Amino acid sequence: MNNSEHETHACDARTAALAGRRLYVTIALGIALWVAIYTHLHDLARWLTYGVFGLPEASRLAQSVEFFIFEAPKVLMLLVLVIFAVGVVRSFFAPERTRAMLAGKRESVGNVFAACLGIVTPFCSCSAVPLFIGFVEAGIPLGVTFSFLIAAPMINEVAIVLLFGMFGAKVALIYIATGLAISILAGWTIGRLKLERYVEDWVYGIKMDDQTYTIQYSTWADRLGYGLITVREIVGKVWPYVLAGIAVGAGIHGYVPEGVLASVMGKSTWWSVPVAVIIGVPMYSNAAGVIPVVHALVEKGAALGTVLAFMMAVIGLSLPELIILRKVLKRQLIAVFVAVVTTGILAVGYLFNAIL
Amino acid sequence: MKIQVLGTGCPKCKQLIANTEQAVSELGLGLEVEKVSEITEIMKFGVMMTPAIAIDGEVKSVGKVLTVQDIASLLSP
Repeated sequence: MNNSEHETHACDARTAALAGRRLYVTIALGIALWVAIYTHLHDLARWLTYGVFGLPEASRLAQSVEFFIFEAPKVLMLLVLVIFAVGVVRSFFAPERTRAMLAGKRESVGNVFAACLGIVTPFCSCSAVPLFIGFVEAGIPLGVTFSFLIAAPMINEVAIVLLFGMFGAKVALIYIATGLAISILAGWTIGRLKLERYVEDWVYGIKMDDQTYTIQYSTWADRLGYGLITVREIVGKVWPYVLAGIAVGAGIHGYVPEGVLASVMGKSTWWSVPVAVIIGVPMYSNAAGVIPVVHALVEKGAALGTVLAFMMAVIGLSLPELIILRKVLKRQLIAVFVAVVTTGILAVGYLFNAIL
Repeated sequence: MKIQVLGTGCPKCKQLIANTEQAVSELGLGLEVEKVSEITEIMKFGVMMTPAIAIDGEVKSVGKVLTVQDIASLLSP
């Protein structure tokens, strides 16, 4: 290696260190600004609604407007912060690594692991097929693979943030816990049923190259950078749904009288849970659009178990994902998958209507 | 140099193809961007997250829509 090459390398390293430092400073400033704004949102919403727009106190319009001005930035800000953190965490959990962690696991333990990894591993439904094949090819049991495939879309970071922001920590934790329970039990059940023959035959014939590549985020600057990319990708995609959802929610908040839904979606109506699930399964929306609306429904007297079940049905089982999975699964297995997950969701709905 | 974008046709995959083509034309490389959309072919790369990009058969990025600049820096060593 000659001298000039040495110099270039030294120079590259210095530029990288400088860029890294700038990234840290930007992120620190960003977080400080975030806290400053977030803690004043309530005053800001009141000031805008009554001071700037001059809406009469306690009018319906004022209630809707104040609700929107408060909730929309609150939820979006929470999303940005949490998704950033999720991105950083995810830089530790590439699917390759998840696969390696699951490869040696037996069933049961494997189901629990797979469901938990489903939360932290980056996942989008368009990657469901390569991921499925990758897992099967690594010898991961079918039931364990399903635990992952159920948890990954259902317990997603956007859902958790919105639940936390609009319903509070308790409901967010309940959602995570029951989502995990459904993923573990449904995956375990599918494993017990021995349905391997209903996986499309060609899947077993595929030979994957073992790791022709190594992509690692080795430095903290890389990981933080990945956090920012994740924010750009996820928040950049869901913000219109969040705003639309909160706008509909704000309308319901201001204009629909209290308790009007108690008779149709309340605890005492036994059929409300299955109806909510039946409506929810074919519906396809992301958590961002559904949760603000669901929040408004609960406010007007709908039972939490019923809307939780509705939400899980919308987010956890989606038609596009089933169509994608049809490439690797025969009809019978798709049917079992839908039936098992639906049963789990129904159970959650009834359970929460009974205990909350 | 051979540039391959692996993806089954999801919106992210299309975006990565567009970005790659733009990077190639900005650098004036005059190369064809090969689209690998057959799942069995994608699996041969050992890729579990689409979209992915491979240069000369070596996977450089998975599960991410790289920006035009990102791709340009991959292409100009």
